[in-house]
Amino acid sequence: MARSITTKQKAINTAVIWVLGLVMFFPIFWLIILSFKTESDAIMAPMEVLMSGWTMESYDAVNRRSDYFKFFSNSVIIALGSTFLGLLIAVPAAWAMAFVPGKRTKDILLWMLSTKMLPPVGVLIPIYLLFRDTGLLDTRIGLVFVLMMINLPIIVWMLYTYFKEIPVDILEAARMDGASLGKEVLYVLTPMALPGLASTMLLNIILAWNEAFWTLNLTSAKAAPLTAFIASYSSPEGLFYAKLSAASVMAIAPILIMGWFSQKQLVRGLTFGAVK
Amino acid sequence: MATQHSRASARLMISPSVLLLLGWMLIPLCMTVYFSFLRYDLLSPGTEVFTGWDNYYYFLTDPSFNDAVINTLSLLVGVLLVTVIGGIGFALLLNLPAWGQGIVRVLVIAPFFVMPTVSGLLWKNMFMNPVNGVFAHITLAFGGQPFDFLGQAPWESIILMVSWQWLPFATLILLTALQSLDQEQLEAAEMDGASWLNRFWHIILPHLSRAITVVILIQTIFLLSIFAEILVTTNGGPGTASTNLTYLIYVQSLLQYDVGVGSAGGVIAIILANIVAIFLMRMVGKNLDK
Repeated sequence: MARSITTKQKAINTAVIWVLGLVMFFPIFWLIILSFKTESDAIMAPMEVLMSGWTMESYDAVNRRSDYFKFFSNSVIIALGSTFLGLLIAVPAAWAMAFVPGKRTKDILLWMLSTKMLPPVGVLIPIYLLFRDTGLLDTRIGLVFVLMMINLPIIVWMLYTYFKEIPVDILEAARMDGASLGKEVLYVLTPMALPGLASTMLLNIILAWNEAFWTLNLTSAKAAPLTAFIASYSSPEGLFYAKLSAASVMAIAPILIMGWFSQKQLVRGLTFGAVK
Repeated sequence: MATQHSRASARLMISPSVLLLLGWMLIPLCMTVYFSFLRYDLLSPGTEVFTGWDNYYYFLTDPSFNDAVINTLSLLVGVLLVTVIGGIGFALLLNLPAWGQGIVRVLVIAPFFVMPTVSGLLWKNMFMNPVNGVFAHITLAFGGQPFDFLGQAPWESIILMVSWQWLPFATLILLTALQSLDQEQLEAAEMDGASWLNRFWHIILPHLSRAITVVILIQTIFLLSIFAEILVTTNGGPGTASTNLTYLIYVQSLLQYDVGVGSAGGVIAIILANIVAIFLMRMVGKNLDK
């Protein structure tokens, strides 16, 4: 029996959590506000900022910077490319580990997790030099590969935990009814695996979009994604609050929205299936 | 029922992932170890000579190394404390009956999706800037003297930024774990007269232990390698006040072009990460096998 709760208690709870939520969200809220102000209004005191006029000029200015679209499309290509490539390699592995588990399956999974423990800076120099010598430095294909590799363990783990939940009996029943392996995968497995595939994809796009160690170190001009574009605003001579805000809002908005829609799946993916 | 045939095809399906990861780990790792024993200047290629342990000696006796290790560990401990304790508190509060829970949860987890470069610049310029930042404006309004966060307390400021990014993560995971707690158990304990503190200590906390372990594990992986936040805010300064191991190695190898010393640093970073990892894996092993 659920305990009844007084309206007064619920009102107090509501007030407390709303304060928490608004405090945590305030920096992002402020970023959005500033992005609709002029440069001179954006550096005023908070109350004055709120009272000043609204304008889209910063968005115009960022979009007019002819290269903004280039950074944006680099981000899209790198995030999507690394995710799809990762899925292509990880789906068979996770499928095999979930449905034909061997003696060493658990060990392989744990070993994959342990590769995430290798600090990226420990292999920065070799990767940098290998990329330089093979002409992969500052290319999108190079970054797609690197981000695919760093997220591969997460993709395999996440798919594994989803595949593991598909009842094997159903596959056996399909086999008894004479379904071939191809049909089994297409008509039985795929529909049941789709939600898991979708959330794995979502989480990896988020991680790849926000990755800022390799994207900053392996790109300079041609393949630089939004993380690097925003970093270019860090020079002290360029304190353009409104433009920085507009560029930032455009850089985080797609992922923020995707993230909000995938909260539940995110927990599972980021905890390697340990918390559901 | 796994047949001989399906075993073979399973191996075939797993091998691309395993081989790729193995290559991704081993090849650069061996190269880092090899470079760490060379005098190797990126600007004058072809002059590499074997120098034994010189690079290690140089890296370990460099005063910045000490600062970097201390900073790396203090960020790890600081952020973990804030996010785990804060995350438990947030999760408990967000789990209470209230209006608009869904919206508040969305607001609370939002910072996690902000890319590190945006978060760094956002805090540095819009909030911590001693002239134009929100904090400075508020201090002035109350007649105080604005505080130069990144100049006076750079590392604490970066810990604050990183905590803001990771508190949502801890909250989200702990809240999910909390929601699977059996309410009847809590009610029974309450009927038997257990105080709130007792219920928290003996029922809620043990229930959360697995989730807390996972939060610590995952965050450690990311916190040891914080880089972009430093690059866009302080560049590791003033001096080495906000340099961590990752940033120090980056400076050595890609800014000062000293591949040898940078590689020695890389090897040391790997060793340190492994020490931390062994502790963690033990802890996780204990908690995850339950």
